[in-house]
Amino acid sequence: MDTRVAGADYRTRSGGVREAVGSVIDLVGNTPLVNIRNVTRDIPPGVEIYAKLEGYNPGGSVKDRPALKMIEDAEKAGRLTKDKIILDSTSGNTGIAYAWIGAHKGYRVELVVPGNVSEERKKMLSAYGAKVIFSDPLEGSDGAIRLCWKLYVDNPEKYCKLDQYNNPSNPLAHYETTGPEIIAQTEGRITHFVASIGTGGTIMGTGRRLKEFRKDIKVIAVEPDSPLHGLEGLKHMASSIVPGIYHEEELDDKIPADTEESYEMTRRLAKEEGILAGQSSGAALLGALRLARTLKEGLIVVMFPDGGDKYLSTRVWED
Amino acid sequence: MAVKVRIPTPLRKLTEGKDEVTAEGTTVREVIDDLEKRYPGIKERICEEDGSIRKFVNLYVNDEDIRFKLNLDTELKEGDELSIIPAIAGGMC
Ligand SMILES: Cc1ncc(COP(=O)(O)O)c(C=O)c1O
Repeated sequence: MDTRVAGADYRTRSGGVREAVGSVIDLVGNTPLVNIRNVTRDIPPGVEIYAKLEGYNPGGSVKDRPALKMIEDAEKAGRLTKDKIILDSTSGNTGIAYAWIGAHKGYRVELVVPGNVSEERKKMLSAYGAKVIFSDPLEGSDGAIRLCWKLYVDNPEKYCKLDQYNNPSNPLAHYETTGPEIIAQTEGRITHFVASIGTGGTIMGTGRRLKEFRKDIKVIAVEPDSPLHGLEGLKHMASSIVPGIYHEEELDDKIPADTEESYEMTRRLAKEEGILAGQSSGAALLGALRLARTLKEGLIVVMFPDGGDKYLSTRVWED
Repeated sequence: MAVKVRIPTPLRKLTEGKDEVTAEGTTVREVIDDLEKRYPGIKERICEEDGSIRKFVNLYVNDEDIRFKLNLDTELKEGDELSIIPAIAGGMC
């Protein structure tokens, strides 16, 4: 979903032409922030909503940031060496990120994913050369987490388990990159930060950085409204294994998102804004709009974790 | 007629933690209605208000997706297995 090159009018892009870089790794982060103006027509005039388009990362999602940081921190600590296999449970964007970063750096990658993961996911992971191990679809992500631990415990010397749910490098990636980018891109004007929660890495790390910058910035999480939902990448915390990096007490508020309404918002993003995003972006925007209606003025930044191309075979797009 | 129904983790709160239960019916629709009698609240998780299956839920009879069969009218035989599978892989990151 990279639309930056073909026929682009570079005058509209601050900073001008991007410099050539030495490696695809250098393209992680520094994603665009864009004012959402169409689906936001009915919000109070003093409130602005900006979306951070994480689909512009090389692996197509926000998870490139924590995956890279977890890999690099493990390298620095000596936990990850070329004889080890990167192991984690993930069917989603983190898996894609491990797979491409592993490919680039020359590591083997093994991923435990629930058997019901979509065909395009499986193909994408194997395109990057990752080995995919399937867990029971009925057990969901928690089943994959458990199977992954079992593989690790059976063979600890074979693997470097990055464990995104408990690895402090996950939120730290956002503390070091996402947070400062948002402060710079809004020239410090941000008043509210809205993000959906999966591991909680985004909201925890970015939120901490923003509150350090100005402690009255509000940090608001969007969460699926029920245990059985259709929002890929998101966790309903009350019915899941709660990630070790997730500290709910640091949040100012939580907004529940209904799957159907989130799908509708995802479709509106494509049809009215021209932004093809994943359903967790629709959920987050739903939360941001709900928040906006309660404010008189403010600048809300909402995370759009990935693009919509990976979900084209799902029923999100059916009206 | 009794069929086995396999329950995904997010719905096991409603089935007293069981991953497999039995229900009666000759079609998927009847089995879901019977499930609702045994485990109140389960139907609204699986179906929209108009009774159609929610977009993010897949139902399989043995190994076949009922959307490629007769949907809710798909018939069941004694010993068949109905699996309720979330369309997304449990919300993984
Ligand atoms: C599509 C999507 N949205 C949202 C999230 C949540 O991000 P986080 O794990 O930082 O909470 C993820 C996590 O991987 C994701 O894949």
